[in-house]
Amino acid sequence: MAVETIRAGIVGIGTYAPERILTNFDLTKTLETSDEWIFSRSGIRERRIAADHEATSDLAVIACQRALEDAGVLPEEVDLIITATNTPDMLFPATACLVQDRLGATQAGAFDLLAGCTGFIYGGVVGAQFISAGTAKTVLVVGAETMSRVINWRDRNTCVLFGDGAGAVVMRQVPHDRGILSSMLGSDGSGGKFLDMPAGGSRLPSSSETIAQELNYLRMNGREVFKFAVRAMENGAVEVLRRAGLTNDDVDFLVPHQANIRIIEYAAKKMKLPMERVAVNVDRYGNTSTASVPLALEEAIKGGKIKDGDNVVLIGFGAGLTWAGLLIKWYDAKSRGRRE
Amino acid sequence: MADVFERVKDIIVEQLGVEPEDVKPEASFVDDLGADSLDIVELVMALEETFDLQIPDEDAEKIHKVGEAVQYVLDHQ
Repeated sequence: MAVETIRAGIVGIGTYAPERILTNFDLTKTLETSDEWIFSRSGIRERRIAADHEATSDLAVIACQRALEDAGVLPEEVDLIITATNTPDMLFPATACLVQDRLGATQAGAFDLLAGCTGFIYGGVVGAQFISAGTAKTVLVVGAETMSRVINWRDRNTCVLFGDGAGAVVMRQVPHDRGILSSMLGSDGSGGKFLDMPAGGSRLPSSSETIAQELNYLRMNGREVFKFAVRAMENGAVEVLRRAGLTNDDVDFLVPHQANIRIIEYAAKKMKLPMERVAVNVDRYGNTSTASVPLALEEAIKGGKIKDGDNVVLIGFGAGLTWAGLLIKWYDAKSRGRRE
Repeated sequence: MADVFERVKDIIVEQLGVEPEDVKPEASFVDDLGADSLDIVELVMALEETFDLQIPDEDAEKIHKVGEAVQYVLDHQ
């Protein structure tokens, strides 16, 4: 194309995982389950649980502060805050506005984005549009969850799978040979019933009956979601690569949503991608929903697994049903000297 | 029939990492071949893709033995 586009990229990252660790062994004290059962079906050994005084915005604010610091960006420089969460502090106002206030991001617009566990990737895709269009210079995208507040602790099929956490990235323009090369967003509302929290909205307002019937908790059809997730993960990756004119062989590192090691391994096998090039931290965090991709991404960066110029694919899938992908030519400002 | 059985057997050997001689029509996925619930979902997905089928959850739940999987494929191809 003749017109030089503004390339958006990630220029800073920060995460926060609550201090309290809940192991599979801890769960066996209150549930009919075992470490072996949970680990063999999910790859999860332990997860983090927010302290009683911590809500989603509290986790988000710490992750955002760390991301801003990593990027060397002041809160007043942020033009837009996108908070991806399924567990907002309350139905309204938006958690993004609570985060905006606490950060002191006085010049920023702020909104929440609801796309299940895919929310962080959706947020990244949306944020990139603002930068490429020139309507925002600095976008903060944060995925933050307190899943522990919405799971049914008596349902051993779901409660063992989730954890709490937050992760944020600062997005800005990057050199034209770096940054987001392609993206995709997918949805299939016909599968919405497979992963939902039925009560508490306008269809079924919370009442003593909905509480008694346990409708104010996350519900999941594990088999259907598993099938969807494997295919969505592969489709999302293949699609962003196709849009950039690349193939599976060009992937240097894949950061998938950390829902279940079996989903990740199955999809990686189908993509013929060795697990050395796939981020995995579900063993220590469980499924932290929108926080999982930034948590895994930061770990990969710090572990030296992602270098400047690498083709990095981020893939999310979740309630909605939704799935999405981002293909990023990784930009490491620190290895290239600080940009202006 | 023999061909479908052989192809289903190959999928089971690949997915469950079992010996081909253990994959008999009367073998139970869970009790004899050591499959867990997600192994069965993965098997169902592999069958769907190999034989170009859609196996609804309610049908998948009724497939417990190797022979039942082969029969399902034969009935729905």
